Formats: sequence, C-alpha cells, structure tokens
Amino acid sequence: MSEAKRSSVSRRALMWAPLGLAAAGGLGFWAMLRGMQDGSYDPRGVPSALIGKPAPRLALPAVAETGLPGFGEAALASPGAPVLVNFWASWCVPCVVEHPQLMALQKRGVRILGVNYKDKPADAAKFLTRYGNPFSALVADAEGRAGIEYGLYGVPETYLLDRDGVVRWRWAGPLTPDTLSAELDILLRRHA
Amino acid sequence: MIPELGHFALALALALSLVQAVLPLWGAQRGDGRLMAAGPGLALGVLIAVSAAFAALLWSFAVNDTTVSNVVQNSHSAKPMLYKLAGAWGNHEGSMVLWVLILALCGAAVAVFGRGLPGALRARVLAVLGMIAAGFLAFVLATSNPFMRVWPPAADGQGLNPVLQDPGLAFHPPLLYLGYVGTAVTFAFAVAALIEGRVDAAWGRWVRPWALASWAFLTLGIALGSWWAYYELGWGGYWFWDPVENASLLPWLAGCALLHSAIVVEKREALKTWSILLAILAFSMSLLGTFLVRSGVLNSVHAFANDPERGVFILALLVAVMGGAFALFAWRAPALSPTGVFAPISREGALVLNNLLLCTIAAVVLVGTLYPMFADLILKAKISVGPPFYQATVFPLALPLILAMAAGPLMAWKRAKPWPVLQRLWWAAVGALIAVMVVWLVQGQPVLPALGFGAAVWLILGAAADIAERIALFSRPQAALARARGLPRAAWGGAVAHAGFGVMLFGIAGMGLATEKLAAVRIGETVSLGGYEWRLDDVRDAVGPNWTSRRATVTVLRDGRTVTVLEPEKRNFPIARQSTTEAAIHTTWVSDLYVVMGEEENGRAALRVHHNPLAPWIWLGGAVMALGAGLSLTDRRARVGAPARRTAAKVVEA
Repeated sequence: MSEAKRSSVSRRALMWAPLGLAAAGGLGFWAMLRGMQDGSYDPRGVPSALIGKPAPRLALPAVAETGLPGFGEAALASPGAPVLVNFWASWCVPCVVEHPQLMALQKRGVRILGVNYKDKPADAAKFLTRYGNPFSALVADAEGRAGIEYGLYGVPETYLLDRDGVVRWRWAGPLTPDTLSAELDILLRRHA
Repeated sequence: MIPELGHFALALALALSLVQAVLPLWGAQRGDGRLMAAGPGLALGVLIAVSAAFAALLWSFAVNDTTVSNVVQNSHSAKPMLYKLAGAWGNHEGSMVLWVLILALCGAAVAVFGRGLPGALRARVLAVLGMIAAGFLAFVLATSNPFMRVWPPAADGQGLNPVLQDPGLAFHPPLLYLGYVGTAVTFAFAVAALIEGRVDAAWGRWVRPWALASWAFLTLGIALGSWWAYYELGWGGYWFWDPVENASLLPWLAGCALLHSAIVVEKREALKTWSILLAILAFSMSLLGTFLVRSGVLNSVHAFANDPERGVFILALLVAVMGGAFALFAWRAPALSPTGVFAPISREGALVLNNLLLCTIAAVVLVGTLYPMFADLILKAKISVGPPFYQATVFPLALPLILAMAAGPLMAWKRAKPWPVLQRLWWAAVGALIAVMVVWLVQGQPVLPALGFGAAVWLILGAAADIAERIALFSRPQAALARARGLPRAAWGGAVAHAGFGVMLFGIAGMGLATEKLAAVRIGETVSLGGYEWRLDDVRDAVGPNWTSRRATVTVLRDGRTVTVLEPEKRNFPIARQSTTEAAIHTTWVSDLYVVMGEEENGRAALRVHHNPLAPWIWLGGAVMALGAGLSLTDRRARVGAPARRTAAKVVEA
C-alpha cells in the first residue's frame, strides 16, 4: 500500500468518527431516558451517602404540644413496611407547599415519621392544626443533631426507608405532585 | 373553534412540509425543473399554515381560553397582556410552535431570497428544511399538542412561573430560537452540498450570511438571558455554567467557528470538509440543547415541564438528524478534495487556529456538560462540574484565541510575514501591558482580572489597528475618510465584532473585581461597600397586578451626597404560591450598584449589596458583537448575492 493510499484510507476512516461518537452519545442518552422511566436514573436526586445503608438511629423526644406519639430506634430499625422520614419546620415556606402531598400520602396509608427541625413546639402544633397532620409519629430535633447525622441539605427533606430500615431514596426540597407520580409511587410499589 | 383551527393548521403544515421534503429533492435528483420549482411555493404554504397555528395559540392566551389545557396550566386572567402573550411561548408546547414558526420563516426566506441560488441547490436546501420541519411538527402533534382541550373548563388559569414574568425573558426565547433555527439553514446547505457532492466558493458565500445571522441572534439571545439572570435571579452573577446555559453556548461556539471557516471556503476554497462538519455540528448542538432541556435528563435551575416520553421523541429526531447527516458526511465528504494548500502564517492559517481553539473550547464545554450525566449513568457517581472546571479549562484556551483574534485580520491571505503584523500591533500590545500593570498595581491579587483588562485593551486596540491599516490612517491620512467610506462593510463588521468581544471582556474582568456584603440592618442604619454608603430608609408593603411585595428603600450615598435611591423587593405571587426577589440596580456604566432584599427578622432586614464594576459592559459587548455581525450582513457581497458559479471560482482578493 502506498503512502498516499494509506493516508486516503485513514482520511476515510476519520470521516466515520463523528458518526461513531454521535451513535455512542445517542445510546447513552437512550439509556438515561430508559433509566428515568424505571427509576434507576435520576438526574435531580441529591446524592446521599445513606442510600443503601440502614437509617441512622434517632433518640429524640416527642413533641408534647402536638399530642402525637414520638418514635424510637425500633421504628427506624425495622419498620416492617416502607416508611417516610420527613424533616420539616413551621418556619419553612416550602414545607407549606409540600404539605398537601404529605396529607395525600397519609390518606393512602403511607406511614410518615416526622422530624420537627429546629422549631418551637408551640409553632409546630399550630402548623399542624392549621394545615392538618400527616404524621403517625413526630419527634423534635431542636438542636439539629439528627439533621447532621442524616446529612440534611435543608428542610423540607424526605427519606424513604424500606421494610428493613434501609434508606432507599432521598428527596431534598418539597415533594410535589410530580415527584410523587414520577418517583415516589414507583419506589413505594417496589418496596411494598 | 379557534384552537381546533390552530390544531388543523399544524396538521396541514405537517402534510405540506412532508411534500416539501420529498418533491424538490426528487426533482433535483432527476433534474426535473417542475418538481424543483414546487419547493418555494410549498415553503410559503408551510409558513402560512404555521403562522395561522401560532396566531390561534396567541388568541387562546389573549382571551384566556380556559378550555385549552395549555392556557390553564400557564396563564391567568390577572396577568398583564404582554405576559399573557409571552406565556404562549413561555411553556414547552408553545415554544415548540414558535420554533417551527421560525423554521418556516427561514424556509420561506430561502425560497424568496434564494432566487440567485442554482435551482438544484435551492431545491435540496428546501427539501432538507422540509424534513426538519416535518420532524418537529410531528413531535408537536404527537407529544406536545398546544391546543389540547380540557372539559369542564377550569375557573381560571394556574399562572405562569412568576420568575418568567419579565420583559427580558419574554424576548429571550424568540431571539435564541432565531439563532438555533438559523443553524438549521446552514445545516440544510451543508447536507444539500453533500448530496450534490460539491462545495465551492459560491457555497461559502451563500452560507455565510445565514451563519452570521444565526450567530448574531444567538449572541443577543444568550446576552439577554445572562442579563435576565443577573437582574432577576438576584444572585449577582451573570453566567453560571449551568448545563442549559452551556447548551446555548455550544451552537454559538460552533457557529462562530463556521462563520470564520466559511470565509476561507469563499476566499481560498479550502476547509470545505471542515466547514460542512461545522455546519452539521452547529445544528446538532442546537438539537442537543433542545434534547437536554426538554427531556429532563439533566439537573438544572432552568427547566421546562419535561417527561421522558418527549425525550425519546427528541432523541429519535436527534439521532435521525445527526446520524443521517454524519453518515452522509462519511460517505460523501472524502470526495470533497481540498484545493487550496496554505502556509501556517497567513490569514487562513489564523482562521484555522481560531477554529481549532473555538472547537476545543466547545469540546471542553460539551464534556463538562455531559460528563456528570454519563458518570451518573455508567459509574453511578453523582458528580457536579462547576465553574472552577470551566475557569481552569476555558481561560487558558481563550488566551491564545484572544491573542490571535487581534493579529489574524492584519495578516495577508496565502502567505503573511509575522514581522509587519507585529509592527502594526505594537501599540496595542503596549496598551494591553499598561492595562495589566495598572490594574495589577491598583488591585493586587487576583491576577485574572488584570489579564482580562489587558486582553480587552488588546482586542479593542487591535480592531482599531486593523481599521487604521485598511484606511491607511497613518501613511496617507488625507484620504483616510474616503477610504473608510469605501471599506467593505464586512471589514467594518469584523472589526466591530472583535472590539465588541473586547468590551465584553472589560465587563467580565470588571466582574472579577466585584465585591458584595450581606448585612442585617435596622431602618436608618448603613452598610458601606465599594466606596458607597448604603442606608436602609424604609421597608413597606406594596401591591402589584398579581403580586404583593415587601419593598425596601435604600439610599446610596457617596461622600454624603445621594447617588441614587434603590427599591429592592421580595414579591409574592399568591396564585403560583411562589416568591421572587427583585434586585434593584443602578448603573453608572462604570459600575452597577445592586441591592437584594432578604428576610426580615426582629426589626432587621437582611440586605445583600453588590458593587459590580463594569458589569453592564458584558451585555453592551454582546450587543456590539451582534451589531458587527449585522454590519457584515449588509455588505454588498451578501446583499447582491453570490455571482454565478463559474466566475466565483476565480478567487477574489479583499
């Protein structure tokens, strides 16, 4: 093969490179879209070191003013059914936005454990009387220690624990109707 | 009734564009003049149909027709009329109709203004545009019908995202789409040339106005978006290297490379394959941006309501366009043999360098944008690529680009000598060095803003040197004015655009020296920043058409004299249950005084004050760049159109 011919062959090969690159990219994007539909690819999920690990234990007092029971380590260690742990506060505006979704989940029988984050008990009670109570149990994290253990990004923030108390999902920010239908419902079904 | 007519018009446009995709192409292959001649009429027909659909959509928003689901989701009767209409394209469905409308406009423009084009080339270009229009119309009709009805009608709409209720944003998408769609026309020219198997100087000349126009609109659109982010989001920044911003930057970079390489095709008949590839890439990047934004595969502060199903459709379009074009490229491009061989130090050599650097920057930005997504997919690792990555990679590439930008236009075609070029630029270099030293001495650390000021001075003086050289300002000053009048507009345009980039660099470098301060102050207390005293005078409630707000009055003083009174706000939109911060900005053109109001607590209001030196120059620079492109567009060569193909083969020296 002459030099000129070889260079012409490699020139031809080079012309196919853009197509190859584009095909590889397209395959990747397709995998992402597939993943979004079955829940294995989630561009919006904030990474959490806790996913796949047992939820950190919480030993926190109940909020007496709300009249709700507290929950202890056992409730997180083996809940027996999927359970949501929701960090919230009465001073947090997005929590108000999120509240209808929590109420809807509670009506559907999903158990929600509340962690009242850096809040005044009286304010928390007022909040729940005003907007309704979605929590089956509630504890107060007055100093924000649980927040540190969970690596809290801010309030509201929600964790899904499976029946063995392993963290399966984390949502930083308010739960929206879209979040429920696009993500949480699938996961609740999967871990039910 | 009107929405159904709109829906029907969209379906009609799809049918017409399918015919437009087939008939002229077939005619061009068979050399059938009658079939080829069908193209322009069909393109006009598509334009009329899509315009009717868009008008129907506007009408639905204007009368707040709550039986149309799109209106219910995105509008509200209490919204001012401008935002009702802007709401028509402020959502996914409507923006796609606008996209197709602009594409139809471009198709009609090719049909009407392309009379000078060879019949077969025009037919093929129109056919490719018809294919693209058909793809997007099918997408709109299948997955994002803007005329979907709801029954029973809703009581009222659910309001538009209040952050988007802003004049800047009302015009940001149309400008950006003009730019994106402009790349579709250059793409169509590229594909037509590949089918035809011929790229010559005339091709370069026809493509260049489209590349210029789309680049100018992209520049304006990106600048407007950045300006909006600056004053509306209240973060005090102007560019966040957000994936969606990058998605608009990628076609801009590719288009910028294309409009330079098209000059080489026109003048020297070289870089043909490369220009074709760039034209394909520019449009692919536009589509990639659409895909990234609309499918929801990426995490961004900007978002349309997205769903994976639409994503699959756009991905299919993307694969069809890119796959088809790249396969055609691989098959036909080897036949486009380069004719011009050239020396590295020459105008075309400088343009090649410009292309290499621009494409490297584009590749870096592309990698930075896509890497986190692919890392998530393949390595299951959540990684975010932020501004430090781009600063570390783009700045070192931008520096040689800026150095070459001033020198390139002074070089001669074919073979240039470096020494005379440097001789003409020595005063620009001295000016740049002085700027660097002065800023460095005054500001000390950090070194990047000082370099930025130097680069800005270098570019502006370089552009001035270019013009001075062309009109022989120093060697024969008496004839300079006459020569300036006779200078081709393209030469002026190039110099103005380069200087505009220098103006923008001034702004960017100035923002490198920006300072900010966050303080909780009581009424009557002051904050001092940037040599100004900022006094909080009052905080009160205010009411707008569809919002209520807390408004602060901040008086800015310098040496005891009032400079300005600023009124930042926190607006609350009850219908959307969302609040926005309205930063108050006073610009002196030398700097921006920028105040954002935060939460109030215990009688203190949180104020964030920014002193942003030269900030407005960023967008001013963008406008100047677009103006330069506009000047180039009015050049006689672009206006009169290209000469017939035979004569174009003779290389014209400028």
